[in-house]
Amino acid sequence: MSRLSELFKKQSTRVLNVYCTAGFPNLNSTLEVMESLQSNGANIIELGMPYSDPLADGEVIQSSGNVALANGMTIDTLFEQLANMRNSIHIPVVLMGYMNPILQYGFEAFCKKAKEVGVDGLILPDLPLFEFEHLYGKTIQINELDFVFLVTPETPEERLRKLDSLSTGFLYAVSSSATTGKDKDFSKVAVYLQKLQAMKLKNPVLVGFGIKDKETFDAVAAYSNGAIIGSAYINALSKGGSIEETTSQFLKAVLN
Amino acid sequence: MHSFNKSINYQDPSAEGYYGDFGGAYIPEMLYSNVETLKTQYLQIMQDPEFQKEFHALLKDYVGRPTPLFYAERLSKEIGTNIYLKREDLCHTGAHKINNTIGQILLAQRLGKKKIIAETGAGQHGVATATVCALKGMECVVYMGEKDIERQAPNVARMKMLGATVVPATSGSKTLKDATNEAIRAWINEPNETHYIIGSVVGPHPYPDMVARFQSVISDEMRKQLKEKTGSELPTHVVACVGGGSNAAGAFYHFLNEESVELVAVEAAGHGVHSGLSAATTQLGKPGILHGSKSILMQTPDGQVVEPHSISAGLDYPGIGPLHAFLYESKRGTFTSATDEEALKWAFHLSEIEGIIPALETAHAFAILPKMNFKPTDVVVVCLSGRGDKDLATYMQAMELKK
Repeated sequence: MSRLSELFKKQSTRVLNVYCTAGFPNLNSTLEVMESLQSNGANIIELGMPYSDPLADGEVIQSSGNVALANGMTIDTLFEQLANMRNSIHIPVVLMGYMNPILQYGFEAFCKKAKEVGVDGLILPDLPLFEFEHLYGKTIQINELDFVFLVTPETPEERLRKLDSLSTGFLYAVSSSATTGKDKDFSKVAVYLQKLQAMKLKNPVLVGFGIKDKETFDAVAAYSNGAIIGSAYINALSKGGSIEETTSQFLKAVLN
Repeated sequence: MHSFNKSINYQDPSAEGYYGDFGGAYIPEMLYSNVETLKTQYLQIMQDPEFQKEFHALLKDYVGRPTPLFYAERLSKEIGTNIYLKREDLCHTGAHKINNTIGQILLAQRLGKKKIIAETGAGQHGVATATVCALKGMECVVYMGEKDIERQAPNVARMKMLGATVVPATSGSKTLKDATNEAIRAWINEPNETHYIIGSVVGPHPYPDMVARFQSVISDEMRKQLKEKTGSELPTHVVACVGGGSNAAGAFYHFLNEESVELVAVEAAGHGVHSGLSAATTQLGKPGILHGSKSILMQTPDGQVVEPHSISAGLDYPGIGPLHAFLYESKRGTFTSATDEEALKWAFHLSEIEGIIPALETAHAFAILPKMNFKPTDVVVVCLSGRGDKDLATYMQAMELKK
C-alpha cells in the first residue's frame, strides 16, 4: 500500500498538505523545510519543482520559483538533495511541477528517479487527460507512483468521475477556477464540496487554492478529507527568519 | 519519436490538436471548460454561412480586403526572379493581425462572451484587438510586458485611445512570454464571461488551427490574384517571417498541401543564430511545452524557457506555432533566418527601391531573398505582413548612426 493510501486509512479528516518550493528560500534549504513541516504537523509535503512559466500558479509561488531558479535549482540537484530524505522524512511526499522541465530530464528517467528517492506521487497540472491515457500514465504506474488529477467546480460530472478513476492517492479539488493565492468565497466552495461528497468518489479529496489560515482550513475541512496550503506558507517563508520558527508558528496557527 | 497524429494533411490537426507530435492542449484543469467549449464549437461557428457572411463583409469594408498582390519590378530585377508582394501592410491597423481579431471577436459574440483579453508584444495584436473591441462595444484588457510598455509607447497610446485597459505584466522577464502567462492566468481567474484572443498560431488547441484558418484569407486571395496575374494559382515560393507564425500560417495555408510550392519561413537571428542573442527557434530550440502546446522551444538544458532576442518585438518569442514545428520537422517548410542588421538594412532598401516602408518583422523576410538562388522563371510571393510606422523610432536611430 502506498504511503498516501496508508495515511488516508489512518486519518480521513483534516489532512494537511503543505506546499513548498524546492530550493526556496535557499538552494539547500529544501530538506530543512520538509523536516520542519513534518515535525510541526503537516501530513503530506507537496514539493514544487520551479519552472520559468508556471501557468497554474499565482504571483507568490511563481516568485518563489524564480528565487529557486536563481539559486540554481534543477531537477538533478533536487534528486541529489532528496537522495537520503527517507532517513528523516516519513510522511508522504508528492512532487508538483510542469511538464517541460520533466520532458527535458526524460519522463521515464524522472519517474524512475522519483521512485528511487522515495517520492510517493506526482501532481502535474499541465499533463492533460488524453496524453496521460495514451502515453505518460503507463510510465507513472510502472514506477508505482501515485498520480493526482485536479478537478474544479467547472469540471463536468462525467469527466470528474473519469479523473477520479485515474487518480490514485487523492484527488485535488481546486476551490474555484482561479490560480493559486487568490481569495475565495467560501460559502460557494462549501456547496461545491458538498456536491463532491455526495458523489462518493474513489479517492480522498484535498482542497487547494485560497486556503491560507485556520478559518479557511476549517471551512473546507468540514466537507472534505483535508486541504492544501501553498501561497500563504511561501509568503511566511519569504519574510526571512528561521525556517523552523516560521513553520512552527504558521502550522500552529492553522491547526490549533 | 511518439506521434499523436500520423496523417500528413497539414491543414487539419487531429481531434486533439496534433500536427505530427506537435500541438495538443497542455493546460491546467482550470482552463478545461473554456478550451473545451471552443474546441467543440469553433469549426461549427466558423463554417456557419451567417458567420462567414459577417466575417467577409468586415474584412472587405472595415479591414480593406482583398489586399493587393503587387509585382515588385525593381526588386525582381535586382534578385533576378519574379517577386510579388502580398500587401498585408495595407490592412486597417497596419498589419495582418486584424484578420484574426475580426474572426475571434465574432466568435466571442456567438459564444456569449462579454469581455476580451489579449496578450501583446510590440502592441500590434493589442491594437488589432482593441480596435475590434471598440467596433463591437466589448470590454478589452490587454496584457503587455512591463518592458514592452516602455519600448512601445505609441501602440500603448493607441490601445488606450481605443478604450482598452493595458495591464503591465510584471512577472518573469516582463516581455511577450510573460504577458501571455498573465493573460492565461487572467482567463483562469474569470473564465465564464471572458474570451481570450490569442494573437498567433500558438497556445492550446484549437487556437493554432483557429488562428491559421482566420489568417488563411491571405493565401486564399493570393491564389486568385496569382491566377489573374500569372495564369497559375501556384507560385514556386512563398516567403514569410515567423515569430509565433501567424502571417506565415496564413500565407502558407492554401499551399500547404501543394508539394510544388516551397514554403520559406524566416526566423529572427538577432545578433546571429549562435550569438546568445537570437530568436531563431527552430535552430536553437528543442521539443517542449509552452503556453499550452507542444512545439519547438528555446530552453536551457534543464527545460527552463529562455528569453529570446530580436530587434523586432513581434519575432521576439521563444517558441513557434505547432504547425510550423511540424513543417520544420517534416521538412515541408524551409526554415532560415535573418539577423537584426540584415533586417534593418532591408527595411531601408525596400523603402528606397519600392517605396514601401515595411515593419521590422517583415523586413526579415526580404533579407533572405538574395541568398535563395531563385531561377528567373520562379514566381515568389513575399508576405508583406506589416507596415513600418510603429518602427520609426528604430529607423530614426539607425539613420542617426549612419550620419
